[in-house]
Amino acid sequence: MASLKELKGRINSVKSTQKITKAKQMVAAAKLRRAQAAAEAGRPYAERLSAVMASLAGKVSGEGAPKLLAGTGSDQRNLIVLVNTDKGLCGGLNANLVKAAKVKAKALIAEGKSVEFYLVGKKGRAPIRRDYADSIARHFDTSDVRTPGFEEAEAIAAELIEMFDAGKFDVAHLVYPIFKSALAQDPTTVQLIPVPAPEQADTSGAAVEYEPDEEEILAELLPRYVKTQLFGALLEREASEQGASMTAMDNATRNAGDLINKLTIQYNRSRQAAITTELIEIIAGAEAL
Amino acid sequence: MALHFELVTPAKLVRSEDVHMVVVPGTEGDFGVLEGHAPVMSTIRDGALQVYASDGATPEEIEVRGGFAEVGANGLTVLAEHVEGE
Repeated sequence: MASLKELKGRINSVKSTQKITKAKQMVAAAKLRRAQAAAEAGRPYAERLSAVMASLAGKVSGEGAPKLLAGTGSDQRNLIVLVNTDKGLCGGLNANLVKAAKVKAKALIAEGKSVEFYLVGKKGRAPIRRDYADSIARHFDTSDVRTPGFEEAEAIAAELIEMFDAGKFDVAHLVYPIFKSALAQDPTTVQLIPVPAPEQADTSGAAVEYEPDEEEILAELLPRYVKTQLFGALLEREASEQGASMTAMDNATRNAGDLINKLTIQYNRSRQAAITTELIEIIAGAEAL
Repeated sequence: MALHFELVTPAKLVRSEDVHMVVVPGTEGDFGVLEGHAPVMSTIRDGALQVYASDGATPEEIEVRGGFAEVGANGLTVLAEHVEGE
């Protein structure tokens, strides 16, 4: 059995770990509230933009449609844009995201298509490199800014569209977490480029005047739509990271508490045993006289 | 009844209020939007929106970049990527 001193050392070490996890949990809880508010504030823009997209895309399908909407005519080369977090300590969030991306990659490869990865955030790099070391197209680092915002989304979108225009890939898929609650963040896969044609909006409204014409508006709107999608993904990632972190750290704090209780009982028992042994020795010694 | 004006950026809903008139810097020229304007969709160039809270009032200017304006049955909606001073 461990000595009293060793037990005391272990109790202290678990206690300091608990302090860290507790602090991290409280920080995550505070940040979660902000991230959630940001995600909610971003929704009106995305909703309006997709409504406008829907009404426009219906009118400009067919011949005159821009490449971003119509695609390259092939779906051979695929790009998976995986949005991971930059920091760990958030439970299974990153593992789940990577798993979703790998499932998608496997399905595409099974269909005989080629797959490349575009990684956003640090935590996806190592696990993707393990299986698909040669097919990582690029990393995008978001760890040098505190809260990734619209500028980052713009930069990612610009780069993706440039790669698309250069003919580096035919289809891009976006894998990102959707924040449902602090307990559940679902990895989601959506097609990013070519922009999936939204289902037809109701065209009941009066004849709308376009300035300039529909094609030009759509051509300008499509990159913006891609940007908005990426921005939404970054916001969801932020909220998911904090939510997952809060839950994971809550569990860790509770586990540490349990461990401390167990160790304290063990410590008290050993101490009592030592006292009893000493007493028996003294009494036995006194009787022998 | 006044014109319902909404200014939205990716980060938040900047304005949602009833105003008298808004002058929008469209790509093909400025246009003023009053209540009951016909439905229009237009891209806008980088510049200032002029918001007239009431008839004859001094306009309030809001600088926007990367924008898009839509006039529909429920008023004017401006989607902008950046709004100065916000």
